[in-house]
Amino acid sequence: MAAANTYTPIFTTTLSSTASSVTFSSIPSTYTDLILVCNPLSTSGDTYIQFNGDTGTNYSETNLYANTSAAGSTRTTSSNYIYLDWQATSTTTGATNYIVHIMNYSNTTTYKTTLGRGNQASAGVDAIVGLWRSTSAINSIKITAVGTLQIGTTYSLYGITAA
Amino acid sequence: MSPILGIYASQISGHLWAPSGAYDSIATVTVGSGGSSSITFTSIPSTYTHLQIRALSRGNRAYTAENIIFMFNADGGTNYADHLLYGNGSTVPAAADVSSSTPLAFRTSTSNTQASNIFGTGVLDILDYANTNKYKTVRSLSGFDDNGGGYGQIWFTSGLWQSTAAINSITLTPVGTAIQQYSQFALYGVK
Repeated sequence: MAAANTYTPIFTTTLSSTASSVTFSSIPSTYTDLILVCNPLSTSGDTYIQFNGDTGTNYSETNLYANTSAAGSTRTTSSNYIYLDWQATSTTTGATNYIVHIMNYSNTTTYKTTLGRGNQASAGVDAIVGLWRSTSAINSIKITAVGTLQIGTTYSLYGITAA
Repeated sequence: MSPILGIYASQISGHLWAPSGAYDSIATVTVGSGGSSSITFTSIPSTYTHLQIRALSRGNRAYTAENIIFMFNADGGTNYADHLLYGNGSTVPAAADVSSSTPLAFRTSTSNTQASNIFGTGVLDILDYANTNKYKTVRSLSGFDDNGGGYGQIWFTSGLWQSTAAINSITLTPVGTAIQQYSQFALYGVK
């Protein structure tokens, strides 16, 4: 049956104090895809994502980026996480905006794939496709900063339901 | 294996509802056992401003990846064009097609080179699809990663359909012979 108004907010957090990570837990399995909208300020560049508390080497990614002088592509394999940004890294005053699609997150048949786009005007732009080699439904998402997330950092999680 | 048939999502006319939000699910196709040679959404209502297709997809082509081709209103003529830019882990190639009948919508994984649980994903936006004053443009972000298998790619694609007709059907076809089981294509309308 068709479902109307499927872009549903699940969680939103705005940091009122500094933090090293943000976790969304008890994510309901009732949606088809998740969309994570991020606007972090950080003392040191990159942030990364992990699912269901899995810190093993079950993640990988391929990216496409442009910095202030060139375009490029690289990848990570058997990593402990998926980077949310590669070149579009935030600073304490310049937030990165990135939107990450977490596709078919509650599907227990396939590995989980993420598809994200990041932008930071003074640093660069990137697109990242990530893989979590697990067929488990995603019920928690942890976002960790290499540096420290600053006051005003925002993360919002939305759910989309297919008809 | 049973014959591979295209799948139609024509339930649009069978399950009408009053849209109440700005982003509505219109129809979804999940590919069953045996796969599907194509996916078609028909009877698309003209009541939205934009459309979005969100895909989880895996092909069966004997190649490193699978290309999904789009076609509107069953127009098989050379009325399409596309540009693409992608990253393959080491370089950033670009390509284009002009006066094409097989424009590229997005790229996904394939059984020939990836483990069985790896599916590609794509998000395809079709802008002003019901506007009869201009040609139709699409854009997509898509790709898959295979944990260092050597074929992971992320793609940007821009597409053009040289027609002012309102889009009322969309067909997605792989270059290979089938889209595999568990692939899913969901059509959404944006107000």
